[in-house]
Amino acid sequence: MLYRRAGIRHTSYPKERQLWPLPFDRYLVTAVALFLLAAPFLVDRLYLVAYLLPWIIWSMAALGLNLLMGGAGQIHLAYGAVMAIGAYTSVHLVRAGVPFEFALVAAGLMSAAIGMIFGVAALRVKALYLAMSTLAMQYIVDFVISHSPAISGGTQATIQVPPVSFLGIALEGDLPMYYFALAVCVVVTLFMLNVQRTAFGRALAAVREKDYAAEVIGVDTFKYKLLAFWTSSFIGGVVGAVLVVSYLRSVSPDQFHIELSVQIVAMVIVGGLGSVLGSFFGAALILFTPIVLNNLVGALASGLGIAMSADLRAHIPLMLYGAMIVGFLVLEPLGLAKIYDNVRNYFLVWPFRHARR
Amino acid sequence: MDLWLIGELALTGALVGLMYALVAVGIVLVYKTSGVANFAQGAIAMSGGYATWAIAAFLGLPMWVAIPLALVAMFGFGMLVEHAVLRHMVGQPVIMIIMVTFGIEIFLRGFMPGTFGVAVKRLDLGIPQAPMFLGEMLINRAYLVGGAVSAALILAAIVLFNSRAGIVMRAVSDDQGASWSVGIRVERAIAVAWGLAGATATAAGILWGSVQGIDWSLSLLLMKALAIAILGGLDSIPGVLLAGLIVGVCESLATGVIDPLVGGGTRDIVASVIIVLTLLVRPYGLFGREHIERV
Repeated sequence: MLYRRAGIRHTSYPKERQLWPLPFDRYLVTAVALFLLAAPFLVDRLYLVAYLLPWIIWSMAALGLNLLMGGAGQIHLAYGAVMAIGAYTSVHLVRAGVPFEFALVAAGLMSAAIGMIFGVAALRVKALYLAMSTLAMQYIVDFVISHSPAISGGTQATIQVPPVSFLGIALEGDLPMYYFALAVCVVVTLFMLNVQRTAFGRALAAVREKDYAAEVIGVDTFKYKLLAFWTSSFIGGVVGAVLVVSYLRSVSPDQFHIELSVQIVAMVIVGGLGSVLGSFFGAALILFTPIVLNNLVGALASGLGIAMSADLRAHIPLMLYGAMIVGFLVLEPLGLAKIYDNVRNYFLVWPFRHARR
Repeated sequence: MDLWLIGELALTGALVGLMYALVAVGIVLVYKTSGVANFAQGAIAMSGGYATWAIAAFLGLPMWVAIPLALVAMFGFGMLVEHAVLRHMVGQPVIMIIMVTFGIEIFLRGFMPGTFGVAVKRLDLGIPQAPMFLGEMLINRAYLVGGAVSAALILAAIVLFNSRAGIVMRAVSDDQGASWSVGIRVERAIAVAWGLAGATATAAGILWGSVQGIDWSLSLLLMKALAIAILGGLDSIPGVLLAGLIVGVCESLATGVIDPLVGGGTRDIVASVIIVLTLLVRPYGLFGREHIERV
């Protein structure tokens, strides 16, 4: 095996505190990073625009939601609405002539400000009630956006995103947009990787485990719940802006309905609550399984001559999301990240099954 | 705005609200027994409608046979959901359990239209289409029948909770461990609650199916049902009755009064607003027991 070792032993504290303590992980991260950097020159344009770009963007969204759901244990069923706020803020600011760099940050701030209102509900209510209040918020935000002509331009309207430039580079064509999304994704990922090791991240973990107990040991749950909502919504707003500018190119209310929220929640759960790597796995699985399965089923149906209704094929994604959420929660509540971890840990010390990790 | 119109809106709203409340009863039943928030209730109601339609259409049975069959089938389905999914989640954090029921909701939302086709299915209960006149008020007969049936079923649920089986369920909701120690079969009580949730949801699905036809949009009843369950108090069945009336009337009046001002769509938002307001003002609802958490 490439990375077999007889247990993992650190000889110094800095070594233990590294982001990726194992050489194998470092090699893997480097390889993936190199691949993503070189991807525009390696893969076909279709794969770049239709697969890699959405994967990067949706992974970011899953990361942002994971901070709240996995990090702070607060359920949130309205992440699509948070992204919508960011998307509309950035588009309107850009159209008003504000440079995109500022519009991006403003999108995050706007989402964070409104997202914190969701959090205010979280101060008063717990898990189950929070799920309901965020679900309600999703519908309210949808309604407000689609029914205020000032924001959406009308129920059926679509607003085009004007050409923008970021730090002097015009975001036109596939390449700049891909690299722009990738850059934002790297920032978000590094933030998420590091936040778990800070006092903030540990406070969130305490709140997640039991908020009263956290209060007893001196964690200000009021502050940290709000901060969790603030941070997560900020990321959501930025992702919303990135999504419309570099992928959708136009913004309309129906892009951010409850379906998007459900999709991202499914990514977080399937990937693994609280896991950075899991967010990427989850986004990939949720985005691509329906496509792959649909093609597979279509090929099978035409190959074997089975008549398959268009209705059934159209509903395969929804069925898959639901089945995957239920299946993962029942069989492997910690998601794909845990499965990967188990496999890696097994081979890491193979053939010593009980070596220290 | 004249009084007759407001009266008509309020009366229709009250009847519609009772029909919403029938969906909410399942949420309350399950929450009361097992402490699980049932986010799948909307899709279960939708599935009940589809099941009734499928039994009637594919087996060629008349409605009065198909409806009891569908009720029994969905009772079984509810118990199956509990047995296959929820039982494995005992002891998991609330967030996981909520997401599991929500996953079931999403799955059914895809599965039912996917299997039976997205076209709206007509479910004819034989209720005359012509509206009834009450003074100058027009009352839809389907709503009248639906509201009456719903009210009867909810009253039956209240009676049930005062019977022996109901006392067992209440004991289970109070303390599962203590119930176990005095010989109550906790799993069975919870399974029965899920079965009843499935059956009441099916009744609601049939009533709604006869009004607006059966398609995926029946699962949107989830929001109204959640609003009613929250407003009435998650563990109170009489609360469902009153909250159903309130939500129905609010929704109907909002549709009639505010819609012309903002250009439509308020119908879907009323339930959400009621949820948020209830949670901010009185999270345990009108009749719910205040939950005291211990560290």
